[in-house]
Amino acid sequence: MRDVAGEAGGAVKVEAKGFRLYYGEFQALKGLDAAFPDKSITAIIGPSGCGKSTFLRSINRMNDLIEGVRVAGEIVYGGKNIYDPSVDLTWLRSRIGMVFQRPVAFPLSIYDNVACAPRVQGITKKSELDQIVERSLKGVGLWDDVKDDLRKPAGGLSLGNQQKLCIARAISTNPDVILLDEPASALDPMATLRLEDLMWELRENYCLVIVTHNMQQASRASDYTMFMLDGEIVEMGHTRQVFTNPRDPRTERYVTGKLV
Amino acid sequence: MSRKEKFAEIALTVVGLTSVAVLALIIFFIFKEGSPALAHVGLGRFVGGTRWSPGKGQFGILPMIVGSFFVTFGALLTGVPLGLGCALYLSEFAPRKTAAVLKPLVEILAGIPSVVFGFIGLTVIVPLIRDHLGGPGFSVLASAIVLGVMILPTMVSISYDALRAVPQVYREGMLAVGANQWQTVTSVVLPAARPGILAAGILSMGRAVGETMAVIMVAGNATIIPVSFLDPVRTLTSNIALEMGYATGLHRQALFATGIVLFVIIGALNILARAFIRSR
Repeated sequence: MRDVAGEAGGAVKVEAKGFRLYYGEFQALKGLDAAFPDKSITAIIGPSGCGKSTFLRSINRMNDLIEGVRVAGEIVYGGKNIYDPSVDLTWLRSRIGMVFQRPVAFPLSIYDNVACAPRVQGITKKSELDQIVERSLKGVGLWDDVKDDLRKPAGGLSLGNQQKLCIARAISTNPDVILLDEPASALDPMATLRLEDLMWELRENYCLVIVTHNMQQASRASDYTMFMLDGEIVEMGHTRQVFTNPRDPRTERYVTGKLV
Repeated sequence: MSRKEKFAEIALTVVGLTSVAVLALIIFFIFKEGSPALAHVGLGRFVGGTRWSPGKGQFGILPMIVGSFFVTFGALLTGVPLGLGCALYLSEFAPRKTAAVLKPLVEILAGIPSVVFGFIGLTVIVPLIRDHLGGPGFSVLASAIVLGVMILPTMVSISYDALRAVPQVYREGMLAVGANQWQTVTSVVLPAARPGILAAGILSMGRAVGETMAVIMVAGNATIIPVSFLDPVRTLTSNIALEMGYATGLHRQALFATGIVLFVIIGALNILARAFIRSR
């Protein structure tokens, strides 16, 4: 059920093995096993509070910021448990990028909104940064729109373009994996479709994992779907199979809108 | 609109206009009392004159203008970095519980009467400067240190609020690309909070320019243009406070004229600072 590697996409990029997470006494994730293949999109769906965002944020250790969080089990990336003390967070987050629910356009110029990421990695040479910014903006199809406005504040862009800018920032460090936490929830339907098109393009080169509330989005824009409930993975498989022929009755009830 | 509402509206309008009227009266009074001296001495000789000796009819306040500038600038030089650093620590680095204890403590500083700050400056800082750096101890430096501490509550409080107002998603977004906390602060949090931090600086500056008592106690108050930060200095406010008790006639008017100059300087600084913030 959970080993979907090899069926489509490339080799497994990230794998969770018995991963558990606690907020103080409360166990939010109850031993998750999942594999995310390269060059594919995996959608994580489930009702609010099921732990899907928590799981996503565990993959680049954003939960470290929350006081009282403990983890057990492993999330393996690059042959290593990312919770191993020897793992460099700066490195990890440059390899596993993240895009948030609301576009996080910093109150800086468009250029600096992208360049801040490679700068963190120690790249300071102007010509090199110029190149990275151009490549990243081209990668999200934003370059032609903004190439003459690179010095203008990013807050002036439409929300859809701000979200693309955030994806440009995420890919500026040459990651393997991009995590998207309900990236379209602040966007209008047209911007949402454009974002999904972009995800299909990025799929050629990256392993994408997207958390979404939107069932249509999950069925339209993913290769694999993982359904979570109460901190557990109920079912994971090919998106079409999960939506048309779910193995678990709870999945069926959820994807047909009968379970809240 | 109900009668009650109408009444409330009128009452609030009256109250609002009263405070404006009081301000207008103060301005009118200062100008009325001070302008004869300006006319008598001449604006150029009053503002540009380097000798202040009312007994001989010499009314030049340039030393005090320079003195106020040095003392204020010195206070900002010591207080702003310290205050901003403190606000950064409380907002970005200190555990929530530590910040909850420390911030009220810093704000208590604002409640200590300025004469107490002056007294500590007089008994601790002035001797320290005299013994270790030379000069009389009563100096620009002593004033700058005392005032630097006095502006801390303003600086810390307002910068802290500005930093806390930076959306948490900015921090997360920056950490998500691998930045450490310090990189997050310098590349995103500080730029986002800049208008508020500048406002904190301006209000601190206003406090430093206007503070009188503590400065009188540690500045030495000599009416000379200071050439070193160890020289004694007299500020515009000190000039008024020191001599108002016994001044009469032209001397008294000259002190009001000093007030006019102070008023214009503070107004100009505020307008400049606001324009600067808007231009960003």
